[in-house]
Amino acid sequence: MTAQLNIVGQNRSSVGLVLRYTVASVLALVFLVPFYAMIKTALSTNDEIYSQDFVFWPSDPQWQRIPELFADPRYLDALMNSAIMAIVSTSLSILIAALAGYALVRIPHPAAKPMFILVIVVLLVPATTAFVPNFIIVASLGWIGTLQGLIVPGLFSAFNVFLFRQFYVNFPREIEEAAYIDGAGFFRTFFRIVFPNTLPFASALTVLGLIGSWNAFLWPLVVAGDGQNAMTVQIYLSSFLTAQTFDYGGLFMAATVSLIPVLLVFFVLQRYLVAGIAATGLKG
Amino acid sequence: MSAPSATRADATAATSTRTGPTRIKGNGLAFWLFFTPFLVGLCVFTILPLIWGGTLSLFEARGTVLPTKFVGLDNFRGFLVDTAFLQSLRTFLVFAVFIVPVTMAVSLALAVLVNGLPRFQTFFRSVFFLPTACSYVVACVVWRLSLFNGLESGIVNQLLGVVGLDSISAWLSASPYWWIVLVTVRLWLQVGFYMLLFLAGLQAIPTQMYEAASVDGLNPGGFTMFRLITLPQLRTTSAAVLLLLLIASFQAFDEFYNLTGNNPETRPPLVYLYNIALGPQQDFGRGSAGALVLTAIMVLAGLLQTWLVGFGSNDDATKRRFGFLRGRRRRPVDAAETETAEELEATGSTGSTGSTEKTATPEKEVRR
Repeated sequence: MTAQLNIVGQNRSSVGLVLRYTVASVLALVFLVPFYAMIKTALSTNDEIYSQDFVFWPSDPQWQRIPELFADPRYLDALMNSAIMAIVSTSLSILIAALAGYALVRIPHPAAKPMFILVIVVLLVPATTAFVPNFIIVASLGWIGTLQGLIVPGLFSAFNVFLFRQFYVNFPREIEEAAYIDGAGFFRTFFRIVFPNTLPFASALTVLGLIGSWNAFLWPLVVAGDGQNAMTVQIYLSSFLTAQTFDYGGLFMAATVSLIPVLLVFFVLQRYLVAGIAATGLKG
Repeated sequence: MSAPSATRADATAATSTRTGPTRIKGNGLAFWLFFTPFLVGLCVFTILPLIWGGTLSLFEARGTVLPTKFVGLDNFRGFLVDTAFLQSLRTFLVFAVFIVPVTMAVSLALAVLVNGLPRFQTFFRSVFFLPTACSYVVACVVWRLSLFNGLESGIVNQLLGVVGLDSISAWLSASPYWWIVLVTVRLWLQVGFYMLLFLAGLQAIPTQMYEAASVDGLNPGGFTMFRLITLPQLRTTSAAVLLLLLIASFQAFDEFYNLTGNNPETRPPLVYLYNIALGPQQDFGRGSAGALVLTAIMVLAGLLQTWLVGFGSNDDATKRRFGFLRGRRRRPVDAAETETAEELEATGSTGSTGSTEKTATPEKEVRR
């Protein structure tokens, strides 16, 4: 480790090391300030929030805001919708992409090549500007304000198909061949043999997908409509932000609680997350 | 995790040489059973919207998603001469001028800092990366109502007080100040992600290069070493990060919508488009035309990125495409690298980062 330190072109002296850890620690604190501000405000009384004097930590933490928050059916609905959206859209989109990516390289068919070219062409069309034409389709289907309107249009990711195709190109053939010799068909082979061996790679995409859809904003904003049925937690929070709420404490508590699931995913699956960014990072 | 980083050349070679015997009857059916779910979704939710949107862009369609009156290219013409649209492009430019260089510099500095820590690397990496898990909305709540709330007790105003400056109460309603809020919120949210990309790039630099340079008398901790070795070696990563940042700032929506709303002076292209198509006007004709114009701009950027970076983070493909950029690398270091590479290959001092497989040797590079 010391060898690496010297080589990476850094100062050898212990003074330099102390300096480096000091800078890193100060920056780490700066990065954590927004979390501190959020939790502090969530627990402050409204008097403290509007006070002109700086309060480091609330004198009387307002823990009762948590039960109050969970007594609000709108918030519970929003949490539930976000959870359904994150789980269903991530798992389905990965399954769909894995199937398609596998077919492109491992099921010999004359259409495989043109279909691959189609995937590449679609890759170039950005998903963000598609919200206008997608709204038109979803509105025509009568899916505005519904969960399927929230979830279904995002299930078909050409980029994920491309990633799975690249993954299966290098997948060891011997495993499948053993299954075929035993008389298994394509479906059996895929679900019993191939897909279970894809799980580490799929997990990386799963973590990215879960965090991405929990935090998604533009499409849920377009689809949510006025009703409760498709309101995600992000839209719930944003509606208070843009409508100039006065219950700041409640809003901050709602924001804090909305972070808990995503932070759990982040900490438990962080190693997959880092691997996922290594695999997909440069495409964004 | 090495599998997805196969080069495209590998991929095509693999498919062409190993097309595989038709072991099982019913290939045709199996292929479509596997591929149809994706294909149907693609047709309904990508291709059909494009066709429908393309059609609507030639029609008048206010408050309805059905074409009412054919207007030719009027929607496009109206869009391109709309001062509000041009203003939104200007907003993007101003935003990009701040956010892109700042994010690049900070994420590179963080990566160098974290990479130089012999212990607790994972801890610091996690802390800097943690905001990435946060949503823009949550960050906007904190930025707007706490950090930059305009009260004297707000955290940023407190800091201004510490350095002897007056509190600012109009963070989000006056021109120079709102850029500080908009840039810092995005910086906090995205910098950890780009730090990871730079960390991967740093850890792919062969340690032999640093060893050789210090044999040649460069100070291991010095800035010269950083300038002559680290920076040129990060050229591929930097170019990729630059393009990603540009594209991401062009697509900015969440923080603008939640912080400054529909203020015409701080309205990036997507917020402008959102207001045309889904605002009170519900003008789907012009909205579709606008979506096509913005899509075209981004497809061009995407083509540029594909050409430069390739798909995925494949190191070889990246190096191949950036080969032309590497011609200007310092010769002496190059020579030192090749001389010492073999001797030092077996010393195993690459560190614990699992980056050895990414260590690119000059022989592996294929120039186009």
